[in-house]
Amino acid sequence: MSAPVIELTGARKTYHTGDIEFEALRGIDCRIFPGEYVAIVGPSGSGKSTLMNILGCLDVLTSGSYVLAGEDVSRMDEVALASARNRRIGFVFQQFHLLSSLTALGNVELPLIYAGVAPAERRERAMVALQRVGLGDKSRNHPGQLSGGQQQRVAIARALVTEPAIVLADEPTGNLDSHSTRDVLGMLDELHAEGSTIVLITHESDVAARAGTVYNVTDGQFVGAGTGIAK
Amino acid sequence: MRPADLLASSWRAIRSHKMRSALTMLGIVVGIASVVLTVGLGLGTQKDVSEQIAALGSDLLIVSPGSSTDESGMRGGFGSGETLTLTDADALASEIAVPDASDVAAEKTASLSLEYGESNWTTDVTGTSTSWTEVRSRDLLYGSFFTEEEATAGASVIVLGAETAQELFGTTSVVGQDVTIDGEAYEIVGVLAEAGSSGETSLDDMAVVPMTTMVEGLDASGNSESVDTIYVKAASSDVLSAASQETTGLLLNLHGLASADDADFTVEVQDSLLDAATSVYEKLTVLLTGIAALALLVGGIGVMNIMLVSVTERTREIGLRKALGAAPAHIRNQFLIEAMILGLSGGAVGVILGVGLALALPSVLGSTIVISGLALVVSVVVAVGIGAVFGVYPAARAARLAPIDALRDQ
Ligand SMILES: Nc1ncnc2c1ncn2[C@@H]1O[C@H](COP(=O)(O)OP(=O)(O)OP(=O)(O)O)[C@@H](O)[C@H]1O
Ligand SMILES: [Mg+2]
Repeated sequence: MSAPVIELTGARKTYHTGDIEFEALRGIDCRIFPGEYVAIVGPSGSGKSTLMNILGCLDVLTSGSYVLAGEDVSRMDEVALASARNRRIGFVFQQFHLLSSLTALGNVELPLIYAGVAPAERRERAMVALQRVGLGDKSRNHPGQLSGGQQQRVAIARALVTEPAIVLADEPTGNLDSHSTRDVLGMLDELHAEGSTIVLITHESDVAARAGTVYNVTDGQFVGAGTGIAK
Repeated sequence: MRPADLLASSWRAIRSHKMRSALTMLGIVVGIASVVLTVGLGLGTQKDVSEQIAALGSDLLIVSPGSSTDESGMRGGFGSGETLTLTDADALASEIAVPDASDVAAEKTASLSLEYGESNWTTDVTGTSTSWTEVRSRDLLYGSFFTEEEATAGASVIVLGAETAQELFGTTSVVGQDVTIDGEAYEIVGVLAEAGSSGETSLDDMAVVPMTTMVEGLDASGNSESVDTIYVKAASSDVLSAASQETTGLLLNLHGLASADDADFTVEVQDSLLDAATSVYEKLTVLLTGIAALALLVGGIGVMNIMLVSVTERTREIGLRKALGAAPAHIRNQFLIEAMILGLSGGAVGVILGVGLALALPSVLGSTIVISGLALVVSVVVAVGIGAVFGVYPAARAARLAPIDALRDQ
């Protein structure tokens, strides 16, 4: 078996709000391998988003270690973290987070700009990514001129344009109707089929059912081992 | 990240808030335009004054009685002594002793009452030689200056200033008329053209008579030998300092003094008037520029204010950019460049406005405004600098935002 792209060992995260300490992650161990489709489920406030922020290098652990694609993230500074996010991670957020001043193509190009890719190559790769999510003909639309499902597909194109080691999706269908939800989940299935590693956070069990592995989080801990669910 | 992408990103952010960007620029525009105008006005006034003083003769030495400094370094007894004499003036006029002087004129002045019919008018009457018009750069409006013969003979002739003639006669066309001083009649042979004023003394309210006439008839001081001032005009402004040394040397010799420290007279260069005037206008320029700098400061604070608002408003955008791989420096540079673009555009528009006003105003105000290329370039650089300085703090704040907090911002 190949090396894990994500390896969390004894991961703990403590938040400080004034004098109050709150331990959102209480010792999580987890390994995710290339090509896996993992769902993380759990009740509200259980620590799913906290975990996703750690996995996405948006935040750092209080203790424990996180190795991403062979690099120890726990010891990285701001600049190295930014670079890790850029090269290794593709985010899909519940609120889409597209920049309204840019076209669909411009939004997909953004991560490549921070990677220092030259304009011509950038445009071409962004266009390919947009075509992959079926929006080749909407490249010049601004987010305001797209449906919710289309906006989320643009966000998915943006997440995969850098060919990241892992696509992180936090409740990607939380703001979508059932039709668009099917659309977006189908998209993720396709990506998985093409070999992408996907971590999906959700509280809907039918959404989680599509994943190969489901982790159950309760009070900042995994409950039971990863459950393999046959598709 | 490529610099061109950084620029494009900043430019897009500015363009997406056109109205706000324009209003922010306005502060810089006003500041830079006033800098261009005040500096131009200062330089222009300075130029006007130099020209006026140059017209008076910057190749002129003014010899006054009394030493210019006493032990404490203060001016002491200046102009009050009676140490300069007609003999000194005659010696200075000698071509051998002061070869670099072209003309010399001594002045002896008394305040006297001039009468014509029922009217009378008190003014300064100056006794001098025929070289006076040349030395003092004066022209005649009517008639002519007194002649060498009249000067030698001590004739009862007088030349009036335009204002004096106006006061006595109600007109300046008075050649051939007589004025009475101390019961004695003096024939008016000429009227001086107007020359304005020099400091407190009007150059147009005065009368001039031959030195002999002054000494033998009008002067009541009892010291017939002493003179108030001797003007020495150098052959050219190039030899002014040579003429100054020759004059000092000759007078020390005549007065039997060993060193210049003992001098009982003062040799001043007319240029020092220019220097004094220049320093006044330099101070004025500094003051005006200070006010303009304040305007710029206010403009800069405006830039900072808007940039801070912009950072707050774009918190989510900043968080997203960071999530997509923007390092703190990328975010900082983007905001810094936005502030500098605002400064640059404001500065450019300010310079255009300032130059436009500088071209339009002189015809309204009647004052000269000098547009210096250096001042324009410096203005634009300063405007960009202001954008940078006042953009640093907002940019640093944007760069410091933690990506998750920024993303979570509603
Ligand atoms: N920045 C923070 N400071 C303090 N406490 C926090 C912070 N972020 C999260 N928490 C706390 O940590 C716990 C886990 O939060 P988290 O957002 O990970 O929950 P979640 O599982 O994503 O919930 P949901 O399904 O509602 O999104 C919560 O109790 C929350 O109050
Ligand atoms: Mg959550």
